[in-house]
Amino acid sequence: MVQPQLRSKLNRLKESPSQTAGPYIHIGATPNASGIDGFYTDDLGASIINTQTKGTRVNLTGRVFDGTGTPLKDALVEIWQADADGRYPGRGDPRGPADPNFSGWGRQAVNAETGAYRFETIKPGRVPFPDGRLMAPHVTFWIVARGINTGLQTRLYFGDETAANEADPALARIEHRNRVPTLIAPLSVVAGVNTYTFDIHLQGTSETVFFDV
Amino acid sequence: MSDHGSFYSRDRAWHPPALTPAYKSSLVRSPQRALLSLPSTLSELTGPVFGPDRIGPRDNDLILNYHHSGEPIGPRIIVYGRVLDEDARPVPGALLEVWQANAGGRYRHKRDAYLAPLDPNFGGCGRTLTDDTGGYRFRTIRPGPYPWPNGVNDWRPAHIHFSVFGHAFAQRLVTQMYFEGDPMIWQCPIVGGIPSRAAVETLIAALDREATIPMDAMAYKFDIVLRGRRSTLFETRKEGT
Repeated sequence: MVQPQLRSKLNRLKESPSQTAGPYIHIGATPNASGIDGFYTDDLGASIINTQTKGTRVNLTGRVFDGTGTPLKDALVEIWQADADGRYPGRGDPRGPADPNFSGWGRQAVNAETGAYRFETIKPGRVPFPDGRLMAPHVTFWIVARGINTGLQTRLYFGDETAANEADPALARIEHRNRVPTLIAPLSVVAGVNTYTFDIHLQGTSETVFFDV
Repeated sequence: MSDHGSFYSRDRAWHPPALTPAYKSSLVRSPQRALLSLPSTLSELTGPVFGPDRIGPRDNDLILNYHHSGEPIGPRIIVYGRVLDEDARPVPGALLEVWQANAGGRYRHKRDAYLAPLDPNFGGCGRTLTDDTGGYRFRTIRPGPYPWPNGVNDWRPAHIHFSVFGHAFAQRLVTQMYFEGDPMIWQCPIVGGIPSRAAVETLIAALDREATIPMDAMAYKFDIVLRGRRSTLFETRKEGT
C-alpha cells in the first residue's frame, strides 16, 4: 500500500468501492424473468446459444448455499465462457473472432423457490494461460446477492476433463488440494443432455474456491 | 489505449470486506478462506459487448419508461457522470444498469413489503451505454429512504443501485450511489462496511447546480471508476498464439 500523500503523485484514481447488489437486483437485471414486466422486450443474458451455435450442447446447473447449508433464493449468477474453439466473443481476445452465433455471456436469477440456476450453453474449448499453456475448459461464474459485499468470482471446470484439469495452471495454484473438487462439476445425462452440476458454497468445510483475478 | 494489458489488482482494503457483522446478511454469505490470486488470463481480459441496438430510447429515462397514467411522484433529478478507469481514461461503451426504490422508498418487487405505496407510474429500472467520452445520464425520481430488517430500526439512505460492465469481465462491478448531504449515509451498516470515509465519499453524488434544468430537475454528478490495466501487450500475443 502506497502512503496516501505519495499516491497522489501517481495520478491514479481508486476503483469505485463495491456495494451489495441487495435483494432487489432482479428489478435491474432480470425484470422479465422475475415478473416485473413492462421495461424491456427481453432480459440481457437470457440466452447464450442459438440453433446455429457450434459445439456440444451442455446444461450447467446448481445452487448457491450459505454457511448454514441453505440455498440462496435471491442470488444472481452470471457466466462468461469461450466458444467451442476456445475463443472469446465480445472484446479483448487478440486471436480473432469467435463463433458469431454464440454470446458467451449468460445471466440468471436463481429460482425463487428452489434456488437453482440452469444455463443452456455449449462446452467451451481451451484457452491459453498467460505463459501459453492451455487451461482446461472452464466457465467463469460471478455471484452477487444480498449479504455479498463484493461480487464473488469462481470457475466451473468439467468433471469429464480429468487429464486437462490435472494439468490446468490455475487449478495448480490451489494450495489445499482437497479444495480443488469444489470447482469441478460432475457430469450426468439429464433428458439426453450432458448436464454438469456446480453447487457453490459460500462458507463451511466445502467452501468454493473464489478467485481474485 | 491498450486493451490487452493485465489488470491492476483489486485493492481489497478499499472495498468492504466480505464479512461486515453489522450487516447481518454477510455473516453466513461471506467466504472465510483466502481468495485464489491469479494473473489475468483471457478469461478475465475479455468481456461481452452490448451494442446500442440492445438499448431502447427510453431506457435511461425512469420518468417515462413506466409511464401509465401520468408521470411518477417525487423530486425529478438528472444523474450523470463519466465512467473512467484507474488511469482516468474514459470507458466508452460501458453498460450501466440501475434500479431503485420510488419516492416513498418502495421497490417494485414482490419481496418488498414496506407499507409505502407503489407508484403506478414508476418502475425503478433503467440502463444506458456510455458515450465516446465515457459519459452517461439518466433522468429519474429521487428515491426515498426505507426501513429494512437488520436492526429493529435500520434505514437505508436514499440510493440508486448501479451495475457496470466495462471492457473486460475483470472490471465487473456492482455498487450504490448516495446523495450529497444525506445524514443517513453515515448510519448505514451497508455503507459502514466500507473501511474508509474517503472511499465512501466516492459513492456520494454531488449536487450540481450548474447542470440543473431550471424549473424542471435537480442534477447530481456521479463518476464511476473501474479497474485499470497495464499497457504492456498480453503475453500470449508475443508468442503468436
